[in-house]
Amino acid sequence: MGSLVSDYPFVAALAAMVALGVVFGAVLGFASIRFRAEGNPIADQINAILPQTQCGQCGHPGCRPYAEAIAAGEAINKCPPGGEAGIQALADLLDVEPIPLDAEHGEESVKSTAFIIEDDCIGCTKCIQACPVDAIVGAAKQMHTVIVDECTGCDLCVDPCPVDCIEMRPVVTTLATWHWDLPRADVRPLIIATDAERVSTGERAA
Amino acid sequence: MRRPHDFHGGIYPPERKSLSNTRPLRRATIPDQLVIPLSQHIGAPAKAIVAPGEDVLGGQRLTDLAGLPVHAPTSGTIVAIEDRVIPHASGMSAPCIVIDCDGQDRWLDLEPWPDYRERDPAAVVARLHEAGIAGLGGAGFPTFRKLSSARPGQIRTLIINGTECEPYITADDILMRERARELVLGIEILAWLCEPKEILLGVEDNKPDAVRALESALTEIQTPIELVVFPTKYPSGGEKQLIEILTGQQVPTGGLPADIGILCQNVGTAVAVHDSVLLGRPLVSRITTVTGEAVTEPGNFEVLLGTPMKQLLADAGYREAPRQRLIMGGPMMGVTISSTECPVIKTTNCLLVPSAKELPANASPQACIRCGLCAEACPATLLPQQLYWYARAQDQDQLEAHQLFDCIECGACSYVCPSHIPLVQYYRASKAAIIEQRADTAKSDRARERFEARQERLEQAAAEKEAKRAARKRAAAAKALDAGGDDPIKAAIERAQARKAAQETSPASAGDAAREKIQRIEARLEKARAKLAADDGSDATITAALTKAVETTEKKLTTARAELDAANDPKEQTP
Repeated sequence: MGSLVSDYPFVAALAAMVALGVVFGAVLGFASIRFRAEGNPIADQINAILPQTQCGQCGHPGCRPYAEAIAAGEAINKCPPGGEAGIQALADLLDVEPIPLDAEHGEESVKSTAFIIEDDCIGCTKCIQACPVDAIVGAAKQMHTVIVDECTGCDLCVDPCPVDCIEMRPVVTTLATWHWDLPRADVRPLIIATDAERVSTGERAA
Repeated sequence: MRRPHDFHGGIYPPERKSLSNTRPLRRATIPDQLVIPLSQHIGAPAKAIVAPGEDVLGGQRLTDLAGLPVHAPTSGTIVAIEDRVIPHASGMSAPCIVIDCDGQDRWLDLEPWPDYRERDPAAVVARLHEAGIAGLGGAGFPTFRKLSSARPGQIRTLIINGTECEPYITADDILMRERARELVLGIEILAWLCEPKEILLGVEDNKPDAVRALESALTEIQTPIELVVFPTKYPSGGEKQLIEILTGQQVPTGGLPADIGILCQNVGTAVAVHDSVLLGRPLVSRITTVTGEAVTEPGNFEVLLGTPMKQLLADAGYREAPRQRLIMGGPMMGVTISSTECPVIKTTNCLLVPSAKELPANASPQACIRCGLCAEACPATLLPQQLYWYARAQDQDQLEAHQLFDCIECGACSYVCPSHIPLVQYYRASKAAIIEQRADTAKSDRARERFEARQERLEQAAAEKEAKRAARKRAAAAKALDAGGDDPIKAAIERAQARKAAQETSPASAGDAAREKIQRIEARLEKARAKLAADDGSDATITAALTKAVETTEKKLTTARAELDAANDPKEQTP
């Protein structure tokens, strides 16, 4: 055996490499079956960042398909409801440069929800079929209404309405949702006191 | 004597308490109109059970028991239930009950329970709910809820907070001086309800008169209440700080004092408990300090809830001035109120109207020099400087990792900051942003679930439809097979072809078709002639076109007649 190896060093090396390759190939093959990841984990993470409005402004039928498209290499700037913050989060996750929102797919607008003018509703159920999250209740020839808490503001119910009785109303701040804003001086770093704008309405140590 | 512990940090701002605590307690004037917000604390607002036009008596409940109820502070008539501006940092309006007072102050017959010890503790807690008792020290948390959320035997220590550490405010000081007896009786009710092993009453050493009054009340009434006097430091009146001072224990992050067997109540709350149980009187008034250099007679007032701040300020000798700041609460944690029309509510412990010199507007914030004074002052042992940087960067993960939610917003860090950075405002805004984002995430998760459920439903419906279609197709094929044993499509094509052939060969039907055609052409010819007759001949081209149309139609008619003759001639039909 020893003499065989020393007589044919090249063949022996080749045989050794092949043997190693077979062994490792078997291990990897086993691992890829045994530890198979269900679904696409990156698409899941991207989907968690997307706002889930299901509005289709990105050109995909819902957030999940767009998440899968991003995972497959599509641009990250096609989601207007997610806005700049969403693009930033996606850029952080995928470790790419954040790019400005693609205006072709719409602009970032104030949060709003659909509102059905109930006096005008004829009960055609077209909006119910259009709603991607089942946030409209009603039946044929019965008045429909929007479940405001479930409405994502995707806009998809507005066009199908034959009597134009759906409008998007901006979400108003109530006492329950009002909150403090970051201090205004945050707009730019203040290095020199005389450089700063005078703030006359500030409150000491409030 | 118990030796008080100390807590980390804290500051010693000028106290300015002698402005208001040298005058005895006064009664505020009953105003002509009271404005009572339906919701005076966090949580769902109560629903009104009275209607405009109704007469109410003092002590009458105005709202249902879904939330914490409010009561009529005096007799009068409900004039409206509408949105009025309320004392809130946002300056927003909220639903309020407006009462025109009749000045007679007629009351309901009250039902005192001097024998409460013979009753069911749950009934006493229900009475605190019905009387609208809320924590009168800080956020106005419903007292009944605090008492009923603790498991039986969970509370080992009952702590009564008479600290009042914030500068300027002396409402609790006056309360302890003037109503020490009621306070002790109220604490006994609370102790009877939660059965603690020890009862501690914590008071700062800057209130010697209050301490004397309490000592004499405690010798008069034999109770196990232990009075603990400790050195003055801001913010020792914070719930967690007071617990550490009195017991040396720390409330765990994100936990409640009940988790370590402690229940905290304010002295004002204890007196309100006394009034509601022993006198049957609901919470319709409170003691409020009116102070600051812009009033000539600062002091403490027993004021009806719903009294416009304007009225209370007038009682203290305040003349309205332009650009005057009005702060509800103290100079450290208070909020600026946008309008003096705002009513006094259950949590209004102080109205501060400072002169411009007394509390100057904030200096412009400068850059953080990383001096670290804020970390030394923080009573919650946080790193305010790190939080500041993360708040500016809006790095919410790091903010949470640095325990932003342990911040009690006491303002000690802002007070010591040499660069005048409004640190607390950064923390408040960041907390709100994090809470908002949590809500958004929860909503988008729900939207995703609903979307996926809908997709699944649609797919299922489509699959069912497809299955039904396939079943129908199979059934039709089987039927055709049973009938003739032939392919149904082929059979249908054959049937159609046979029909067509029959039409073509039938002479009668061919003649009918030709006759129909002639009729159609005749009608058209009629129309064309009529048009030609109606033409006035003003335009030569139109006249020419109409004439040509008549000629063409006549020619077509001749051809059609010839066809009909051919169809009727059997010789032509079968050559």
